[in-house]
Amino acid sequence: MSPLGHLILARLREFYREPAALFWTYGFPTLLALALGLAFRGGDGRATPIAVIEGPFASERAAVLAQDPGLSVRTVSPRDVDSLFLGGGIVLAVGADPALEYRFDDTHPESEAVRRRVDDHLQRAAGRIDPLPTRDRPVTAPGSRYIDFLIPGLIGMNIMSSSMWGIGYTIVEARKRRLLKRLAATPMRHGDFLLSFILARLIFLATEVAILLAFAVLVFDVVVQGSWLWIAALSVAGAMAFAGLAMLAASRTQSTETVSGLMNLIMLPMWVLSGVFFASSHFPDWMQPMIKPLPLTLLNDAMRAVINEGATSAQVALPFAVLSVGAALTRVVAVRVFRWN
Amino acid sequence: MAHPNDDSAAVRVRGLVKRYGDLVAVNGLDLDIANGECFGLLGPNGAGKTTTVEILEGLLPCDAGDVTILGRTWRDGRKLRQRIGIALQETHLADRLTVHETVTMFRSFFDRGRTPDQVIALVGLEDKRDAWVVKLSGGQRQRLAIACALVGDPELLFLDEPTTGLDPQSRRRLWDVVSDFRGQGRSCILTTHYMEEAERLCDRVAIIDHGRIIAQGTPTHLIGQLGGTQVVEFRASPDVDEVFCRSLPGVSGISRFQQRWRLTVVALNRTVPALVDALRDRGADLADLTTHQASLEDVFIALTGRALRGDA
Ligand SMILES: Nc1ncnc2c1ncn2[C@@H]1O[C@H](COP(=O)(O)OP(=O)(O)OP(=O)(O)O)[C@@H](O)[C@H]1O
Ligand SMILES: [Mg+2]
Repeated sequence: MSPLGHLILARLREFYREPAALFWTYGFPTLLALALGLAFRGGDGRATPIAVIEGPFASERAAVLAQDPGLSVRTVSPRDVDSLFLGGGIVLAVGADPALEYRFDDTHPESEAVRRRVDDHLQRAAGRIDPLPTRDRPVTAPGSRYIDFLIPGLIGMNIMSSSMWGIGYTIVEARKRRLLKRLAATPMRHGDFLLSFILARLIFLATEVAILLAFAVLVFDVVVQGSWLWIAALSVAGAMAFAGLAMLAASRTQSTETVSGLMNLIMLPMWVLSGVFFASSHFPDWMQPMIKPLPLTLLNDAMRAVINEGATSAQVALPFAVLSVGAALTRVVAVRVFRWN
Repeated sequence: MAHPNDDSAAVRVRGLVKRYGDLVAVNGLDLDIANGECFGLLGPNGAGKTTTVEILEGLLPCDAGDVTILGRTWRDGRKLRQRIGIALQETHLADRLTVHETVTMFRSFFDRGRTPDQVIALVGLEDKRDAWVVKLSGGQRQRLAIACALVGDPELLFLDEPTTGLDPQSRRRLWDVVSDFRGQGRSCILTTHYMEEAERLCDRVAIIDHGRIIAQGTPTHLIGQLGGTQVVEFRASPDVDEVFCRSLPGVSGISRFQQRWRLTVVALNRTVPALVDALRDRGADLADLTTHQASLEDVFIALTGRALRGDA
């Protein structure tokens, strides 16, 4: 076998013989998807909790609302209302006065819709006749649940952290142990050593992404709208971009503490800003020009477009190209400045 | 196996200088090592042995001087790397590879060489062939490092303190490995703190201090320079002075080491009785009298700043 083959084999062995690495690469993202998917499960028929405040009209109004299976109604005393709102026990409360008064937290995403729905029920019960008959047909569009949003982000986050830790930390550790120096003392081609990290990463990447996607499809019925080929291409481009960043961070660093700090400094902002757990559009407009070009934002947005919206090649070609160029540039610089001792 | 030689010297060094900031680690060092020679570098901690060796290995840049290894310079490094074997003073190989996997990987870097199992047997690690490196003892790891140095079947071997931390049996085994290697007409440079090792393995040694060679030659030659073949060490109370020591018969060298007098003498049976008598005449007590055959150790003590010259 070629020296490169032996180096790749060494990478693979070091990885699968390290239980902690296995857990962080495969176990952790899957568990996270499971936990978040269960917590934010939508469209499962769970009724929205609302309250009717005690008073002369309370029982009558409660009876009307109870007919809607999408609502779970309770009658409460005025004293308890505030604490129920605080604890998230109710989304909306109907006042006790003859005139309808709705109390709701207008920052809550469901409150507007619930208010309209409750108001419709009570107005119609009081005799309102709608000029045009209406009919509701709820659409659970594929790709619109939280888990659909989450999975592409988790894939992106996992590609980022396993590329960074698997390469950056391992290289600095080898330098600290003077293993890099020892290897540099052999006729080994220096390029082979760094290439072995890249190629081993691609092997891990395939399994990482496949496991997470399979989990999403089988457990949460996530539907992949776009092309699997684009998922693969984006994964590779993203992994290479982060591998380049990791090599850059590790190229001269002497201590594992320093490289850990450095990599966290690179990754933490992206965890928050790049739309892993919530959309990056929540951040103010003036921040968007800074968020959009981050590699994880590019990867997550493109991955989401492919998986959830079935984006066409034309739509994801740009982020793919940017990630690929970034990967090439970081790698060239890293190889230039790399220190073997 | 004979190797083609385009030059008769394994190593040729002229005016080597290496500085770390203000510290001059190697200070104008010249060295000539012939093909087939085993050469030892001795010297106290921080003398500059590792720095010198790593410059010769092409792992450290030097600030001045010329280095030629096997007739080549490090400018055309890769070909040279095929012909040398290296064990650094300290390397931690990958924890979770086995002994055999590690040696096999190193073997793959060389165009030719011995089989991994051969060198594993050579350093006596057959039992640990399939054990992870992390599960080896310190001495076993050191032997693995030497197996990795030998697997490319080098013409020139660099060993930086190869036996530090080894038990006596492993050390002896390693001496056999190096002796065999030298027996095949190959060259070797080793650094060591063990004089016995240098005497046994090395054709020539150099004693280094503060980045300079302060003595060089065959072990016998260096010991011969002491002027005697035996060493007498003693302590007296009340203490005596250098004039007293010089007055004794057959004394060729005098040094002071750890509050004791060290005399290099030609014949014990002349000097020791005279010493006992002279102390009795002065009414001084003799404490800690020891004698031994002069060795490189005595050369080392006589030369590395612990010589009488300049001492109180
Ligand atoms: N990277 C470095 N930076 C600064 N000083 C260094 C460095 N490496 C070595 N030195 C200094 O250079 C001097 C020579 O060190 P060297 O390692 O060559 O000694 P040595 O003879 O091998 O000692 P030992 O027997 O302890 O291995 C020492 O004073 C050491 O402190
Ligand atoms: Mg040293």
